[in-house]
Amino acid sequence: MVTDYVIAKQVSKHFGHQQVLNQIDLTLPAGMIYGLIGPSGAGKTTLIKSILGMEAVDSGTVKVMDTVMPNRAVMAQVGYMAQSDALYETLTARENLTFFGQLMSVPKIKLAQMIDYAAGLVDLTTQLDKRVSGYSGGMKRRLSLAIALIQDPQLLILDEPTVGIDPELRQQIWTELNKLKDIGKSMIVTTHVMDEAERCDYLMLIRHGIALAEGTPAALKQQYAVDTIEQVFLKAGRMQDANDGNR
Amino acid sequence: MRTMAIVRRVFKQMLRDKRTLALMLLAPLLIMTLMYFLFQNNTTQVASLGVHHVDQSVVNVIDTKNVTIHHYDSSQARKMIKQHDLDGYLTQKNGQLTITYSNSNPTNTSLIKASLQSGLVKLKMKTLVTVTKKQRAALESQQAALKKLTAAQTQATVTKLKTAIAQAQARGDQATAEKLQKQLKQATATTSSSTQSAKATSYTTKSHYIYGSSDSTFFESFLAAFLGFFIFFFVFLISGVSLLNERTTGTLSRLLATPIRRSEIIMGYLIGYGGFAIIQTVLTVVFTITVFKIHLVGSIWLVFLTNLLLALVALTLGIFISTFTNSEFQMMQFIPLIVVPQIFFAGLVPVDGMASWLQAIAHIMPLYYGANAMTDVVTKGAGLGDIGVNLLILVGFMVVLTMLNIVGMKRYRKV
Repeated sequence: MVTDYVIAKQVSKHFGHQQVLNQIDLTLPAGMIYGLIGPSGAGKTTLIKSILGMEAVDSGTVKVMDTVMPNRAVMAQVGYMAQSDALYETLTARENLTFFGQLMSVPKIKLAQMIDYAAGLVDLTTQLDKRVSGYSGGMKRRLSLAIALIQDPQLLILDEPTVGIDPELRQQIWTELNKLKDIGKSMIVTTHVMDEAERCDYLMLIRHGIALAEGTPAALKQQYAVDTIEQVFLKAGRMQDANDGNR
Repeated sequence: MRTMAIVRRVFKQMLRDKRTLALMLLAPLLIMTLMYFLFQNNTTQVASLGVHHVDQSVVNVIDTKNVTIHHYDSSQARKMIKQHDLDGYLTQKNGQLTITYSNSNPTNTSLIKASLQSGLVKLKMKTLVTVTKKQRAALESQQAALKKLTAAQTQATVTKLKTAIAQAQARGDQATAEKLQKQLKQATATTSSSTQSAKATSYTTKSHYIYGSSDSTFFESFLAAFLGFFIFFFVFLISGVSLLNERTTGTLSRLLATPIRRSEIIMGYLIGYGGFAIIQTVLTVVFTITVFKIHLVGSIWLVFLTNLLLALVALTLGIFISTFTNSEFQMMQFIPLIVVPQIFFAGLVPVDGMASWLQAIAHIMPLYYGANAMTDVVTKGAGLGDIGVNLLILVGFMVVLTMLNIVGMKRYRKV
C-alpha cells in the first residue's frame, strides 16, 4: 500500500539562465491537502508539471505512486486541473467528460456513472448537455474540476482551481475538496490567494523557485510570529530579499 | 481506443463548426465551377489593328478572326494607338509596310504578327497561283494537241492490228493472232492511262486524338493540378489551424496530461481529418467529373487514392507547420511560403522545361508528385504501376512528417 502519493527530492529546473526550481523537496501523504503558495512566476506550475512528468527536471527525482516520473501509465492515476480551462468549447460538458474519460481509460460501463458522480460533485448535473461555449467562467472552472475527477483518482493536482471564481463558488469548491480529502484522496493545490492557504493542511511557500518555508498553517504563523499566512509570506519574502542583498 | 476517442471528438467538433465544414466541402466545388467556365472556351482572343492607306488586298488577308481591322485617316501610329486603344497600327508607303505595336499585351502583339505574316505569305501564294494558272493553260492546250495526235496514231495502229488479227485468224494461225491481240490491248491501254494523268492531289486532314478529344479544353488539362492543389490547400489550412487552436487553448497540454501516447494523438488527427479529406475528395472529384462531363481516361479509384495521399501529406504538413506558429495569422503567413509555390510545379508549367535548379525545387514539392500522377491518370489513363513511384514518394512525405510530428510533441510532454 502506497502511503506517500508524491515524493519529490531535490528537484531543480532552469529555463535558459533562469533557475525556476531550486532543490525542492515535497512529500505528500494520503488524505492531505497540500498548498503551494507563491506569487505568479514563482515556479508553482513548473513544479506541478515536473510532478506530472510533463517537464523533465535537471536534477532530483520525482516519484508518484512509487513510480519514478516521467511515466505515462501513472498519469491515469492523477487527476489534473490546468491553470487555464482547457475545454473543447464546441462540445457539450458531457462530451468533454466522455472524451477525457475515454483517454483516462475509464471502462465504458462505468463512464456514465462517473460522469454523473463528477458532475454532481461540482453541481453541473443539470447543465451537462449544454455546450461549453455557453458556460460562464465559473462553470468552466467547475467542469475542469469534474474532468480531473472523471477517473476517480486518488491523487489530484489542481493548478489555481479557484482563480476567477466568485467567493460563494469558491466556498463550494473548497467544501468539495474537503469532502474528497475525507474519503482518502490527496491533492496538491496551488494558489496565490492567501486566505485559501489557510484551508490547506500543509503549506509550502515558493518564491523565485526556492521553498522559503513549509509546515502547517498554524506552525508557520507561530514560526514567524504573525497572525495571518499573508504576513508569513511577506515576512519570508523580505527575509529572502535581505539575504540576496547580503550576498 | 484513445485514438478513436480523438477521431470521434474531431468529427463532432467538425460537424458543429458548420462554416468550416462548408468551407472544406463547398469551396472547392465553387472554385472548380468558376475555373470550368473560365477555361471552358478555347477562347479566340481578338487584337485590334488600325490601318492607314494599305492596299485592300493586304487588308483582306490580314482580316482574320483573331484580328479586327479599323481604318483611320492618320499616319501617326503612336498617337492613334493611344487614342483608340489599339494593339497595332499598320501604314503603307509604296511597297513598304510599317507596323507599330502597342505591345501592352504581348499576346495581342503576337496575334497581329502572326496574322500579318501569314497574310503576306497568302498574298505571295496568290500571285504564284495566278502565274501557275497561266502556265497551266498553255500547257493544257499543248497537251490537247498532243493527245489528238496520239489518238489518231493509236487509231491507225489499232485498225492495222485488227486487220492483221483477222487475217491471221482466217489463216488459222492462232499463235500470231494471240500475239497481235496482246499488242492491241497494249495500244488501247496506253490511251486510257494517258487520259488519267495530270489530276491534282488535294489534301484533306483527319485528326485523331490519343488523349481527350477535339473538345478538350484547358480545364481538362489543368483539372488534375487544381484538384490536387485545392484539396492540399484546404486540408493544410484546416488541420494546421485546428492543431494550433488545440495548442493555444491549452487542450493539447491537457491531453498530454493523460496517459495518451503522442502517436495516438497524431494518428487520431490523421484519421479524423483524413476522414473529412476523403469526403472532400470524393465530393470534388465526383462533382467535376459528372457535372462538367470530364473525360476521365484512367480509373477514378486511382484519382481518389492519389488525392487521399496528397491530403494526408497536407494534413501532416499542416500539423507540422502549426508547431512553428503562435496564432492563426502566423499560420496564414505560411500559405504563400509553403502552399502557393506548389501550384507552379503542379503541371501548369512543364517542369521538364524549367531551369535545373527549379527542377530540383519541384522534386521537393509534394504537389509535383501528386498532380503529375493525377494528370497521368485523368488524361492518359495511367495505371497503378505507372504512378506507383509518385504515390510511394507521397507516402514517404507522410511518414517522415508524421514521425517529426510525434517527436515534435515532446516539447509539451517528455514521454
